[in-house]
Amino acid sequence: MSLSEAQADVAPPEVPGRRNAQLGRFAVLTLGPVVAAVFTSALILLAFGVNPVTYYGFVVQRGLFSGLGLEQTLTRMAPLLFLAAGLIVSFRAGIWNLGVDGQFLLGAVAAAALAPALLGVVPGWLMLLAGFAVAGLVGAVWSVLPALLRAYQGVNEIITTLMMTFLGISLANVLVKLVFLDPGTTVPQTRTIPVADRLPRLFDSTISSGLIWAVAAVLLVHLVMTRTALGLKLRTVGANPHAAAHAGLSVPRLTVLVFAASAGFAGLAGASELLGVNGNVRADWNPAYGLMVIPLVFLARFHGVGSIVFIFFYSALLIGSESAARRVGVPQDFTLVLVATLLIFLGLAEWLDKRRRKERA
Amino acid sequence: MDALLTAAFVSSLLTGAIVAGIPLLLAGLGEQMSEKAGVLNIGIEGMMLFGAYLGFLTAWSTESIWMGFLGGVGGGMLVAALMALLCVRLGLNQIVIGIGLTLGAEGLTSLLHHFQFSRTYPRLPSPDRLDLPILTDLPVIGPSLFGRHPLVYLALALVIVLAWAYRHSNLGLTLRAAGEKPAALDVAGGHVTLLRTVAVLFTGAMAGLGGAYMANVGAGLFIPFMTGGAGFIGIVLAMLARGRPVWVLLGALIFGAALSLTTALQVAGSNVPTDVIQMLPFAAVMLVLVVWSRKARLPAALGQPYERGAR
Repeated sequence: MSLSEAQADVAPPEVPGRRNAQLGRFAVLTLGPVVAAVFTSALILLAFGVNPVTYYGFVVQRGLFSGLGLEQTLTRMAPLLFLAAGLIVSFRAGIWNLGVDGQFLLGAVAAAALAPALLGVVPGWLMLLAGFAVAGLVGAVWSVLPALLRAYQGVNEIITTLMMTFLGISLANVLVKLVFLDPGTTVPQTRTIPVADRLPRLFDSTISSGLIWAVAAVLLVHLVMTRTALGLKLRTVGANPHAAAHAGLSVPRLTVLVFAASAGFAGLAGASELLGVNGNVRADWNPAYGLMVIPLVFLARFHGVGSIVFIFFYSALLIGSESAARRVGVPQDFTLVLVATLLIFLGLAEWLDKRRRKERA
Repeated sequence: MDALLTAAFVSSLLTGAIVAGIPLLLAGLGEQMSEKAGVLNIGIEGMMLFGAYLGFLTAWSTESIWMGFLGGVGGGMLVAALMALLCVRLGLNQIVIGIGLTLGAEGLTSLLHHFQFSRTYPRLPSPDRLDLPILTDLPVIGPSLFGRHPLVYLALALVIVLAWAYRHSNLGLTLRAAGEKPAALDVAGGHVTLLRTVAVLFTGAMAGLGGAYMANVGAGLFIPFMTGGAGFIGIVLAMLARGRPVWVLLGALIFGAALSLTTALQVAGSNVPTDVIQMLPFAAVMLVLVVWSRKARLPAALGQPYERGAR
């Protein structure tokens, strides 16, 4: 998928009569891969002797239609959405930040280190704000090296961000086990923030209010990238860095900015999980959300609202499959298969669409 | 610090460097060929893992470790064939498909293992070794360096063969053309698609073999997610080696040593936390990139699908 194509979808031309064609394209490019992925994965389940109808039924029932399940689904969305916000920035600017997992974990550890220390010293809202701020900052700092290497030396960022993510995961463990560990517990983990001091919950539910900030972040990113001059500059850099340089844009500086923003959001994702849900970071904790959010952002073609919708369904899948692992006996890693087939069918749909348009032209 | 220099430490470090380094070497050599031909193969982690799974399963059911290696090669090539079809033939985005194949292999092998073995992890008998006469009897370094599984020597021979082929045969030049300027190769009568397909399949074979070595010789069992980023290290090795197989070997041994330093240090009675040690190879790569980044050069058409007649 090329970036320019994805951007062409942002503002479809308002020509009457083309609406049907647009809808048809949407069906082929978005619903097609989803249906194909769900169906192929069902065949894989069948091959393992699991009734796919039972499995999917259980997942949907647990993740979407049970009260508690839906609340868990909505809570789980918060970190995924923050990650999506970061990925939208970098992908639209043509930068492959594949190191969000390391940035996420270090952000979470930074917040886990700072927030309990501030507990009782400053007002609760300030503690939460400081936690988010430090997490975003640490996430951004973790991307400085790949950013500078890419901006000034042209080193491929896929490699450097992957290296930094492995490094970050280990560093997060070192910090939890050696530096920020709670002396009061035997298992290595950071000091726990009491439930009452975490992000407030919404209404009478268990949904963390991190969700609201996360949705706001995605929408903000979407508007900045599609409706502002800065967004246009960044997209130009992504579409054609040479042209951008000719147009007088400072490509290296914009590149560093993109990395910082993208990684900063990944750090915020860590903070939202820590300050909203977990309250502490345990040693060897790594939910590895990053690689899973990438396909969803692609599926939405870097569109903010689309990403929110897909992340909602994916989040329900995660919650549902967690219970299904215990009740239906299918390991949760099945979701990996589902996401993988989704990516492949996404590519195929893109290819079909390109070929069809070429034939018409 | 004296304890660090004991014979037991040196010997376990050398052993570790080889046992952990060989899969990295194979993956790196495979990735190198892909990259030369212009395909950035992010799916290599999945190829390794599938090779590890199928390699283990074959070895376990046929009770032959060599059949296991063959199974590993097959497993890796299976994933690679998918990659070749989607990315070389159809020209889909190599990064998206690469991530997809890696995730798919992770999920599928985990499911397969679950439904076959549930929570048990059957072990293979320890593999036979090829003891090189005299050399194996050398003190300290002998058993570590010269008493290894035959595949180790084959992998080393492959480094020499590839180095020669890249430098002195037509293959090296055509591969480079496919990676630098595929259109020129096409005009000259070469087959870009065919060449890239073969390169990707070779990557799959090598990655699968590396995975099978990991499972059958290194661990003696299969655990889901056992490759743990080794494929990604292979990508880095290939990028840093700038097209030279010998450099891949060097890098693989250094990474292998760093990855196994934890065990060696435990043998020596030191208790540095494993997480600190695990950071070393990745920190080393970043350092190398910072210092030598100007020289890191990748093929011009890397990651771009080739379509005849397209601009």
